[in-house]
Amino acid sequence: MSKVEPEVEEELQTSSGGAARRTPGLVPVSESRRTAELGPRADLPATAPSVLGPQERTADAVGPVSAFLRMLGSELGLTFRRPRNLAMLAVLAVVPVVIGIVLRMVGDDMADGPGGLIQQVTGNGFFLAFISLGALVPLLMPVAVAVVAGDALAGEAAGGTLRYLLAAPAGRTRLLAVKYLNAVLFCLAVASAVALAALITGLVLFPAGPVTLLSGVAIPLGDALLRMLIVIGYVTLGMAALAAVAIALSTLTEAPIGAIAATVVLVITTQVLRAIPQLEVIQPYLLPNWWSDFDAVLRDPIAFDDLTSGLLAFGAYILLFGSFAWARFTSKDITS
Amino acid sequence: MTLEAGAPFGAAPPSDDHAIVTEGLTKRFKGGQIAVDALDLTVPRGSVYGFLGPNGSGKTTTIRMLLGLVAPTSGTYSVVPLPQVGALVEGPAFYPYLSGEANLLRYDAADPTASGRTARARVAAALERVGLSAAAGKRYRNYSLGMRQRLAIAGALLGPRELLILDEPTNGLDPQGTREVRTLVKEIASDGTTVFVSSHLLAEVEQMCTHAAIMRTGRLVAHGTIASLNGGRAPRLRVETPDAADAARVLLGLGLTAVAHEGVEVSADLGGHAPERLNAALVEAGVAVRGLSVVRPSLEEVFVGLTGEGFDVEG
Repeated sequence: MSKVEPEVEEELQTSSGGAARRTPGLVPVSESRRTAELGPRADLPATAPSVLGPQERTADAVGPVSAFLRMLGSELGLTFRRPRNLAMLAVLAVVPVVIGIVLRMVGDDMADGPGGLIQQVTGNGFFLAFISLGALVPLLMPVAVAVVAGDALAGEAAGGTLRYLLAAPAGRTRLLAVKYLNAVLFCLAVASAVALAALITGLVLFPAGPVTLLSGVAIPLGDALLRMLIVIGYVTLGMAALAAVAIALSTLTEAPIGAIAATVVLVITTQVLRAIPQLEVIQPYLLPNWWSDFDAVLRDPIAFDDLTSGLLAFGAYILLFGSFAWARFTSKDITS
Repeated sequence: MTLEAGAPFGAAPPSDDHAIVTEGLTKRFKGGQIAVDALDLTVPRGSVYGFLGPNGSGKTTTIRMLLGLVAPTSGTYSVVPLPQVGALVEGPAFYPYLSGEANLLRYDAADPTASGRTARARVAAALERVGLSAAAGKRYRNYSLGMRQRLAIAGALLGPRELLILDEPTNGLDPQGTREVRTLVKEIASDGTTVFVSSHLLAEVEQMCTHAAIMRTGRLVAHGTIASLNGGRAPRLRVETPDAADAARVLLGLGLTAVAHEGVEVSADLGGHAPERLNAALVEAGVAVRGLSVVRPSLEEVFVGLTGEGFDVEG
């Protein structure tokens, strides 16, 4: 059996000049056994590594940023290789295709129909992205985000892997940051997948060309696609605010399904509350109230005021629930 | 209290002579139940330290506190900084859908001091050390119980370690696996690594460890070197005879020490004497010997004496 990587041995010897700093005061039993089993490696100073800082202990020093990125990479690898998450992404990406095909089939009958965005789609495939996001943002997309973010810490706790990550030592704030960033990147993946699938479907099934905005101004398709990037960013941040809520709930339980279900129930409840006109006064405080404001980019000039209020609401949610998650997770006894 | 970065990481390490020092370490869980009660523990560097106690005596809670997973209610502790501590806590825990190798890479990536460039080499070395190289690509889900335990030990061996904390490392292993773990622990210790191993199996601790501490319902009831725990209990000669007083005189005359007699039983430290010669001497002196035996004390007696409870001594 190999004992220790040679590079470490080499480094220890150079760092301590090969001088054996044997711990004094050991009991006779261990001394006798040590001498009995003395191999070439046993001369290594047992305490040498403590002389070196933790950063210098391996031959190639590791910066905190690259170590953080490596851990984030590991997290992304788990998230984006997990069949469950890929299946959710696929389902969400299929929805725009289905909507596109349906609109294409019934499109001609709607010439005098409901008007608005739906009618716009048949005129320009670009609008399919707005229809699709509008359909998915209220419920399906939040469910996918809740599954990933709600599972983030509770899932590790349930599997017992949380204690080993923290003993590694991942660091509690660091692990929480990696988990949240991972969830945000999943939100970005969800928003991008839907937008991309919708754009491709729309441009295949419907005419393309200059986009006539809601204000009646026509802009080139290239400009419209740039505005689409703003939409993806806005939707991602809206979902990231929900991810903060889900991760906060995830610190409260060792049952991932509990955190996921609680998040989904919260979304549904707030959507119901939004539908009650008498409760209009609380609407600005409800997260889903701001999710669909991305159609502000269809105005000319872009209605940045609408977007800004939404972004402020998302920021407030992220700050509030992020702080809660941090306070809870960094003081919690890990007994799973 | 905030358990940042797993608490001990970055905290003042213990002095050069010790790997773990706790003072008055206490954990009271919500609901008032005291899991660990004013624990004073000193683990010398380079020792193989057995942490003994029946199930539920606070061993795992202590280990969780040492790793910064659980915050103590009161008391202090200092441990070797975490990246240099390898740990096996309450059995293996891995991602079932990942291979053994991918699982170790995952934990390695969580260590902020480990380099990604050498990760594969580190993981391969750890897997080889526990004899799992052949199963490295197999999914954890398909590992046997023994393989899972060995993978957990491999995880504890990632990178250079100054201290290894092993919570019940032979749980679920067959006799062959148990022997392998024991050999591995001795090998690791001979490299100068301190090993802190909790167990409820006395024989295991007696065979592997240089030191031991015994816990009972959250309190430390004894600690020290294995030899000192045996309490200077050298092998003792026990003679059963109706002529106890005569026998005691004869044994004293032969130079035996710590002679005691009570009823029909006489006992004395055997020292370097051969029991068969002593028997002959007793008979020659006219002592009616009914029975003669040599009693070798074990940690088990110490343990049962201290904890006053039945104890799982198989293994």
